[in-house]
Amino acid sequence: MKYLFAILCGFIVATTPMAQDATAPDVLIKTVTNEVLDIVRKDKDIQSGNTRKAIDLVEAKVLPHFNFTRMTQLAMARDWRQANPAQQKVLTDEFRLLLVRTYSKALTEYKNQTIGFKPFALKPGETDVRVRTEIKQSGAGKNIELDYFLEKASSGWKVYDIEVGGISLVTNYRESFAAEVRNGGIDGLIKSLQAKNKTGEATSVKK
Amino acid sequence: MNKTLPTRLKSATLALLAAGLLAGCASSGNPKDPIEGFNRAMFAFNEGLDSLIVKPVATGYDAVLPSPIRTGVTNFFGNIDDLFIGVNNLLQGKIPEAFSDLGRVAINTTIGLLGVLDIATDAGLEKHNEDFGQTFGRWGVGNGAYVVIPVFGPRTVRDTVGLVLDVQADPVANHRPKGERDFAQVLRLVNGRANLLAADKVVEEAALDKYSYVRDAYLQRRRNLIHDGNPPRESEASLDTDRSLSVDARLEEPRAEAPSGGAVLVVRMEPVDTK
Repeated sequence: MKYLFAILCGFIVATTPMAQDATAPDVLIKTVTNEVLDIVRKDKDIQSGNTRKAIDLVEAKVLPHFNFTRMTQLAMARDWRQANPAQQKVLTDEFRLLLVRTYSKALTEYKNQTIGFKPFALKPGETDVRVRTEIKQSGAGKNIELDYFLEKASSGWKVYDIEVGGISLVTNYRESFAAEVRNGGIDGLIKSLQAKNKTGEATSVKK
Repeated sequence: MNKTLPTRLKSATLALLAAGLLAGCASSGNPKDPIEGFNRAMFAFNEGLDSLIVKPVATGYDAVLPSPIRTGVTNFFGNIDDLFIGVNNLLQGKIPEAFSDLGRVAINTTIGLLGVLDIATDAGLEKHNEDFGQTFGRWGVGNGAYVVIPVFGPRTVRDTVGLVLDVQADPVANHRPKGERDFAQVLRLVNGRANLLAADKVVEEAALDKYSYVRDAYLQRRRNLIHDGNPPRESEASLDTDRSLSVDARLEEPRAEAPSGGAVLVVRMEPVDTK
């Protein structure tokens, strides 16, 4: 019996070489989505537009599963290399803030949509995947695809891009980031992001 | 010498376009948006129009009408759209989709009380999103420059031609008497705008520069629609980080899922599209 157990363990270790606590990516997305939406459904404050509360929720439940460095890198494309490590850190922090605020805003606009999860199969050895979901709106036309791109890291699967209806929330910044860098250098981009986040802060406090 | 007026007009337009192209290249350096200066002005005009008239009306409409009624209005116009979505699927060689669309119209127009109820979706006939611009894209026509059109908003040159056909074929625009037609068009516009109120707030929150955010979202969205949700991952050679290139390679697969009829066109279109 013990022998059998050992073989079984050996088999598991052999087939999932890097897995420590790696929940499968589709399971991760499903769990987090359901958890967050359950909270939003019960929270009248968030539903009536309390962005601050939504931000707290996102920071606690969603952020740990995102790789913001990778996101910033993707959004900045080749300009990323132009930035020194200190600038890269500031850029990542500011971009994170912007994305969190956007995501939180979207949560406060949540009505009664449900999320459908499309079939997903993880091929052995895959470290970069796309998990497809869709937002079903009761009677408001076509469903909206909401896809997550995840990459396997030592600490589990991390989201590095989200596509809504085919629009990547990360690469959609690419042109405007590039324009900022062209006009004001890396520091120009940092300034714009900071200014944007400041105005966002002001409106979310007002709410 | 003896140029007719249309020919002259044509060369004048061409010259203007060329000038815009050169000017645009010099200033913005974005090859997808050669007439950025013009577009920004038009965008500002549309935003002004929206914030002064369309958005306030849509907000009022949204506040006054109960959501089942708004859904009914959305479905009613959606049902009319389905007819032309079916025609466009047919033109793109997507026969099963076309039949599904026509089935939707048949079901929703009858049991769905002239389209007010979307029973077909509940019955498992998925709603599609097609228009003439997408059909051209499917046929291999490239985007052309990005253009912001008064009132209609973001388009590409290709989609503008598509839009002209969409309007030509539109049963609402062709409806008579004119009184009913105008009422229906206003209702459709306001209802459509009301459906976007939530998305609007998110864009305001997200955009560093609203003009380019909307432009790039539009271009990404159209690209996705033309490929029915499975566009080949955009070539990121410009990124020149080895890492993202390898990611691209892995994400290339969904191409295989594209309906077989269009696969050739999809491939052919790529060089034009990626730029």
